Amino acid sequence: MAHGPAKGLTRWLYTTNHKDIGSMYLWFSFAMFILGGIFALVIRAELFQPGLQIVEPNLFNQMTTLHGLVMVFGAVMPAFVGLANWMIPMMVGAPDMALPRMNNWSFWILPFAFTMLVSTLFMEGGAPNFGWTFYAPLSTTYAPPSVTFFIFAVHIMGASSIMGSINIIATILNMRAPGMTMMKMPLFVWTWLITAYLLIAVMPVLAGVVTMMLMDIHFGTSFFNAAGGGDPVLFQHVFWFFGHPEVYIMILPAFGIVSAIIPTFARKPLFGYSSMVYATAAIAFLSFIVWAHHMFTAGMPLAGELFFMYATMLIAVPTGVKVFNWTATMFKGSMTFETPMLFSIAFVILFTIGGFSGLMLAIAPADFQYHDTYFVVAHFHYVLVPGAIFSITAGVYYWLPKWCGKMYSEVMGKTHFWLAFIGLNLTFFPMHFSGLAGMPRRIPDYHMMFADWNMISSIGAFLFGGAQILFLYIVISTIISGKKATDKVWENPEGLEWTVPSPAPYHTFSTPPEVK
Amino acid sequence: MLKRAQGLAPWLLAPALMVSSYQSMAEEVERWRFNMPEGVTSVSQNVYGLHMQMFWWCVGIGVVVFGVMFFSMIFHRKSRGVKPAHFHESTALELLWTVIPVVILVLMAWPATTSLIKLYDSSDADMDVLITGYQWRWKYDYLGEDVSFFSNLSTPREQIEGLAPKGPHYLLETDEHLVVPVNKKIRFLITANDVIHAWWVPALGVKKDAIPGFIKETWTRIEEPGIYRGQCAELCGKDHGFMPIVVEAVSEEDYRAWIENKKAEAAAIRELTSKTFSFDELYARGEEVYNRSCAACHQANGEGVPGVFPSLKGVGVAVGPIDNHIDVVVNGVRGTAMQAFGAQLSEVDVAAVVTYERNAWGNNMGDMTQPIDIYNHKQGK
Repeated sequence: MAHGPAKGLTRWLYTTNHKDIGSMYLWFSFAMFILGGIFALVIRAELFQPGLQIVEPNLFNQMTTLHGLVMVFGAVMPAFVGLANWMIPMMVGAPDMALPRMNNWSFWILPFAFTMLVSTLFMEGGAPNFGWTFYAPLSTTYAPPSVTFFIFAVHIMGASSIMGSINIIATILNMRAPGMTMMKMPLFVWTWLITAYLLIAVMPVLAGVVTMMLMDIHFGTSFFNAAGGGDPVLFQHVFWFFGHPEVYIMILPAFGIVSAIIPTFARKPLFGYSSMVYATAAIAFLSFIVWAHHMFTAGMPLAGELFFMYATMLIAVPTGVKVFNWTATMFKGSMTFETPMLFSIAFVILFTIGGFSGLMLAIAPADFQYHDTYFVVAHFHYVLVPGAIFSITAGVYYWLPKWCGKMYSEVMGKTHFWLAFIGLNLTFFPMHFSGLAGMPRRIPDYHMMFADWNMISSIGAFLFGGAQILFLYIVISTIISGKKATDKVWENPEGLEWTVPSPAPYHTFSTPPEVK
Repeated sequence: MLKRAQGLAPWLLAPALMVSSYQSMAEEVERWRFNMPEGVTSVSQNVYGLHMQMFWWCVGIGVVVFGVMFFSMIFHRKSRGVKPAHFHESTALELLWTVIPVVILVLMAWPATTSLIKLYDSSDADMDVLITGYQWRWKYDYLGEDVSFFSNLSTPREQIEGLAPKGPHYLLETDEHLVVPVNKKIRFLITANDVIHAWWVPALGVKKDAIPGFIKETWTRIEEPGIYRGQCAELCGKDHGFMPIVVEAVSEEDYRAWIENKKAEAAAIRELTSKTFSFDELYARGEEVYNRSCAACHQANGEGVPGVFPSLKGVGVAVGPIDNHIDVVVNGVRGTAMQAFGAQLSEVDVAAVVTYERNAWGNNMGDMTQPIDIYNHKQGK
């Protein structure tokens, strides 16, 4: 049964192996992370001090737009799909994903989507400049011609996500090893199962809204054009019906990753496994009924405003349950602080801070002051950077020895952690202050009263960016010259993935394992 | 005056620099502001109270949760020789930390609900102002007063480009203020002409999206005379960062005097419609109007932005038939960013800007148009 991968480029082009595809997803997402990071650093360089220095306002808007789109669709989502590809079959004791050929396809359309998206930077009129939320009619009637390429790129990304989700659902529901009941599945598998359903539910909505834009722009319809009987606010409702679940798509798999890591390094089983599963499901359900809290200032009727305020506040309950469970897992454990654990603990603390500002934003009257300011920017970067990025990083450190059979350097890993941790807080914590002081988001220039916080943010951003280059170096040097890792890697980790050799053979679980 | 590090290694100097420039600027600009302003209306003060109340709830919860977490991290570590416990479930605990947050949420929701209800009550207003967002300026119509004007950013280009020292109200100053009386309930009817904008003045606690085709309402009652500054809060295109709002709250008498003055100004402008101007007068006035209203898109040199905003230099409408040129300026071009300036500019200003565009940047068409021609054009003659 021992046959290895094909040789040369075709191995990667034609592969149907979940490990190869997982690796490609992860490398692709890292490339996008760096690209999106470069866009962010252009923004932070311009905002280093008041006045226009580096980019003109139109290019600045293109940078904020592409930064958001590339980070959301190019970095975070493919990274989670990459981790799912690598880990889900190994975690449920399956030989591969259920639909391997579609798996290849869902990855390989992504590079084309992003090439198309980024190429708009070089088109006449420039790249999309209407923000990653692309509110109509700025993104329709008033958009640069490249908007059509943006629409098609979004369609392709959506198709990729939907195919990836179908594959994950099919794998989890059909290919679990004998004895692996649903309530025995690792939480990463559970959170991804729920995430995949969210994706299937909302990606078509995104496809719908961009198609309506396409119609408005090229075929004379007026979905979002008030002059033709349409409604610009309709766009926001449809977009956020996609957009809010999308936020949870970027955080639920993260919950799964830290739920695997914290018990390993606390040397104590995860506290409240079943309540974690129910809380995840509750968050997923709530994510569908809170979308209009992004639109508190759009002038909804009072009853609508109150409904969305209450529903949004409710999210704090299941999210709180998760945080309490992680805390209880650590309590009376026997903790060590290897790199994955450091990232996971930082995740819990910083994500909770992002949750606090989320709770404040839920209060509709207060949101009238917070809305569209840097306070919001601080909030969603606190949930997304420590949330998604830190958890992915933690996952990479945690499973890298299993993937490549080599151990990373703990000193380097910890250096990376502290640089990233300090950089992140320097960048995003002052944004709470500049936002409360009154700085709107998405502006290329500002009054001097915001100057000091912005200068600190910019310094932090460059530090954070530098830390990620160190990350790249650590991963490559581990693959090339790391010390041999043991099969178990950690002291007593739980899960089927630790029962196979390190590095994990090209084919694992050709015969299903017995789960007791 | 404001002097910030230019170029050389400001990264390293930043902390020292921030302290030193703080002292030299303390009297001009408030620095290191880190919290929401309490503001000058009951709404803004109410919102500030809610904000602080939420903040302290979060601090309290944070102290408890992070307290337990750090306690574990310090005392339950392997290096202290701790043996791990094995408990991993407790229905009672799960219930407890579901129910307590729900109770806290109800305590939070109660004051939020009452203040939201108050905030939504814009009935019985003493006066109405229609606010219209344009790319990238605000228009204010005092309903029932026949007073209407545009409010543009008045910060000079040189300050933005770093060629001149920045003034104390950099980017937060306008040529025309929204002047309102104190202690009157003012209803704002908010809409937009092109894309979505948002009208936000933090000191009033008012932020409302300006949505083309729809009118949203909100209100304020300012208790202290003064000047309150704000900005557009919804991304609205290239100059989103450059459309500030300045509200000036004055006594009732000063407000009446200001209204009368505005009416007189408007009458004077109407008077000018019938006057015949010389070429030089129109050209000079046109340059001013152009830089205020047109240069944001078509650029000061008339060359536009390729692919986004068309050039006027040597090509297009400015060197075509004059009637068409007037029509484009007055009525705009449907489906593009070119607005109908007939509603925004007086007849004099349209005539001036058309004359300017036809003769600036080497266009040298040699022709001109008078305010009365614009008037006739608008009447369809």
